[in-house]
Amino acid sequence: MAKAQPPDSVAETKQALAAASYLADESAALVSFLAQRLGKPILVEGPAGVGKTELAKALSRASGRELIRLQCYEGLDEAKALYEWNYRKQLLRIQAGGESGWDEVHGDIFSEEFLLERPLMQAIASPEPVVLLIDEIDKTDQEFEAMLLELLSDFQITIPELGQVAATSMPIVVLTSNNSRELTEALKRRCLYLWLDYPELEREMEIVRLHTPDLSETLTRRLVEVVRMVRALDLKKPPSIAETIDWARTLLLMGAEDIDRETFEQSMSIIVKHRTDIDLVAERVGMKLSAPTQAG
Amino acid sequence: MSPTASPYGPRAETGPPGITAKLLGFCEELRGEGVAVGTSEILDAFAALEQVPWESRDDFREALAATIAKSQEDRRVFELLFERWFFRAAEAEAIEREVSEQGQRHEGAERLDIDELREQIRQAIVEGNDGEMRDLARLAIAAFGRQGEGSGVVGVDVQRIRRTLELSAGTQPQGEATDGAADRPPIDRDQLNRFERHLRRELERDLIERTETLPPARPLAELDRALPTSPTQDLAAVHRAVSQMKRRLATLGHEQRGRRRSQVVDVRRTMRASLETGGVPMHLRYRPKRPRRPEIYVLCDVSTSVTSASVFFLSVLHALHDSFRKLRSFVFIERISEVTEIFEHERDFREIARRVSSEGGVADVSGYTDYGRVWLEFLTEISDDLDPRSTVIVLGDARTNGREPHAEVFAQVSERAGRLFWLNPEPKLYWNYGDSVMAAYERHCDGAFECWTTRHLENFVNVVAGGVPAAE
Repeated sequence: MAKAQPPDSVAETKQALAAASYLADESAALVSFLAQRLGKPILVEGPAGVGKTELAKALSRASGRELIRLQCYEGLDEAKALYEWNYRKQLLRIQAGGESGWDEVHGDIFSEEFLLERPLMQAIASPEPVVLLIDEIDKTDQEFEAMLLELLSDFQITIPELGQVAATSMPIVVLTSNNSRELTEALKRRCLYLWLDYPELEREMEIVRLHTPDLSETLTRRLVEVVRMVRALDLKKPPSIAETIDWARTLLLMGAEDIDRETFEQSMSIIVKHRTDIDLVAERVGMKLSAPTQAG
Repeated sequence: MSPTASPYGPRAETGPPGITAKLLGFCEELRGEGVAVGTSEILDAFAALEQVPWESRDDFREALAATIAKSQEDRRVFELLFERWFFRAAEAEAIEREVSEQGQRHEGAERLDIDELREQIRQAIVEGNDGEMRDLARLAIAAFGRQGEGSGVVGVDVQRIRRTLELSAGTQPQGEATDGAADRPPIDRDQLNRFERHLRRELERDLIERTETLPPARPLAELDRALPTSPTQDLAAVHRAVSQMKRRLATLGHEQRGRRRSQVVDVRRTMRASLETGGVPMHLRYRPKRPRRPEIYVLCDVSTSVTSASVFFLSVLHALHDSFRKLRSFVFIERISEVTEIFEHERDFREIARRVSSEGGVADVSGYTDYGRVWLEFLTEISDDLDPRSTVIVLGDARTNGREPHAEVFAQVSERAGRLFWLNPEPKLYWNYGDSVMAAYERHCDGAFECWTTRHLENFVNVVAGGVPAAE
C-alpha cells in the first residue's frame, strides 16, 4: 500500500481502492488519481447511496491516511467547522496571571494554546497528511461555501489574531453533495468533478460478491436484477448500494435459494422504506416474480 | 506551436503536436454552448492531461471532463461536443490527406458470413467490450452497405442494421437464428444502446468519407440539449428547482427579522452551564433557533385555456408535495377543490393527473374558469387558517372569460396571507389582452411572474430569495 506517496498510474489507484474493498469504476479511479497527483479537492455528486462517502473512506484506507470528517448541516458555522477560542481557558489565564501587564496577556491568550481546533483546522494542522471528508456540502448555506474557498484553493486558514495558518501537509479533500441545490461556481471551479451513479449490473454484482462471498452466483445476479427493477420505478427513495448488500446478507441468513414472490415480500422492507413505495414495489415488481414453488 | 506560459512555469509541449491549440478550441466551443469554462479550469485540464496517458481515449476524456464539466448538464454537452470535436478533427485530417479505408473494409466483410457476424456482435454486446463493438459495427456496415442498402440517412440505417442483426433488448429473438442457442443471455438495453451509438458513429464517418464534407459546425441547437424532451426529465428539473425553493423559503424568515436576530436565553441550560464556573453564569445559553416551517397554499388552474401548461403546473405541484410537509394544494376551474390527499398518497405522476381530472369535481357546466367565484370559495373555506406565516402561490392565466374578477376578495386573501405570488403560464406580452385581468390581481400580489419552463421557475425561486432575476 502506498504511504502518502502519490500513485503512479490510474491502475495503481484502482488496485489500492479495491484492496480497501471499494470497487471504483474508471472515472472514480481516474479522478482519485488526479486528485492525489494534482493536489486538488474532489467534488462528488450523485444520488443518495451510491458510495460517495465510502469513496473518501476507501481513499483514507488505501493511502493509509487518517480520515477527518466534517458532517455539514443547516446552520453549520465557522466555530464548529474551523476553530474557536477556548475562552474559559483564556479567562483562567487572565485570572491566574493577575500581575502581568496588558500587552503580555493580550499576546498570550491569543496563541495556539487557546485555540480549539475543529475538523477543518485539524486537517490543515495535522503533521501527517490526512483525508478530509466534507460530507453533504449542499446542506449548508452559500456563506459557508464561500468560507471554504480559501481552504480549498490555498490550503490555508486566516485567523485574524494569529495570521495565516498554512497546511503542514497536503490533505486529500473530498466534498460530497446530493445535488439538493446548485453549488456556487467558485466552489466548483476549485474542484475536480466526479459524478457517481448507480453502478452497472456487472459492477454491482461484483460489489455484492465482495461483501457477501457466500451468496451463490445465480442468486446474486437475480438479486441485483431485482434491485435494478425497483430503481427503475419512480420511488421516493430508491434502494442504495448499501441496502443491496444488506438485502444480500438477509437472503443469506434466510437461506433463500431463489427470490420468489414470498421471499421478496418478506424481505422487501430492507430495500424499500416508504409506505407508498412499498405498495408500488409490491404491485409492480412482486407480481413479476414467480410464485413460490411447492417444495420451497 | 510555442509552449504556453502558465503559473506552473513554461509548459513543455506534451502529447501530440498542436494539441494545445486543439484543446483551447474545444474549450472555446464549449463556452459557445453555454458551459462556463474558466481559465483556471483550462489550466487544470492541461495539468491533469500531463498525468494520464494520451493514448487511452477513456482516460483522456475522463480527465478532461473532471476538470472542465462541473455538473451533469455540462457533462451532457461535453459528451456531445467531445464526440463531434475530436472525432471530426480526425476526419478533417483524413479528408485533407485524401486517406480512404474503403478497400480494407470490404476485404474484412467478405471473409465473414452473416450468421457468424451476428453471433460475434451479440457476444461483444453482452461482454460490453467497446473496442470490439466498434470494429464489429464497421464490419456490419460494410457488409450491409455492400448490398446497396444504404439510405443515406444515419438514423434509418442504424435501425435497419439492428433489425437485420436481430438484436432487441430483453427478449430472445425469434426465428431460425436462435436455433440451438436458446441459452443465450438476453441483451441489456443499455448495452444495446451502446452498440447503436457505435453504429451511428461509424455510419457518420462513412457518410463523411463518401461526401467528403463535414457535418454542420454547430449541430447543438439550444433545443437539442437544454429543453427537457421527456416528461420524466422535465419532472426531475422541476424537482430540483422546487427543492431549491424549499431551502430559500425556509431561511427567508430569518432574514426578515434583521441581522441581529434576537435570542431567548435558556435559563435552565445557562444555570447548568454555570456549574462549571462555580455557579457564576459566565456562559449564556440560548434557546436553539429552529427554522420555521413554511406553510404553503397552492392554487392551480386546470381549465382548458391552460391545457398546455397544466402538465407543467401539476409537475410543479407534485414536486412541491415532495418537499414541503405543510402544503395544501387546490385545483380550480369554476369551483375550487382540495387535492392535497391525492398528492400525498399517489406517487405515479400519470395517476395523479388522472385522479385530479376525475375526482377533482371542479368543473360545473361550462368548463370555463371563474376566478371571482374561486376567490370567494377559497376565502370562506380556508381563510381562518391563513396567517402571516403562510405563502399563497397561484398558478393560472387570470382569464376570467368575462366574469366578475372580484379583485377585492383577492385583496383580502392577499392581506391575510404573509406572501402571495402569481405564476402565469402566458408571456407577459399577452397579459391584460382579451379577457385577461392580470393587472387587477397583480396589484395585490407580492410578485407576479411568467412561468412555463423550468427556467422561469428557477427565476421565480431566485426572486423569492431576494436575488436578482437571471438574465433572459
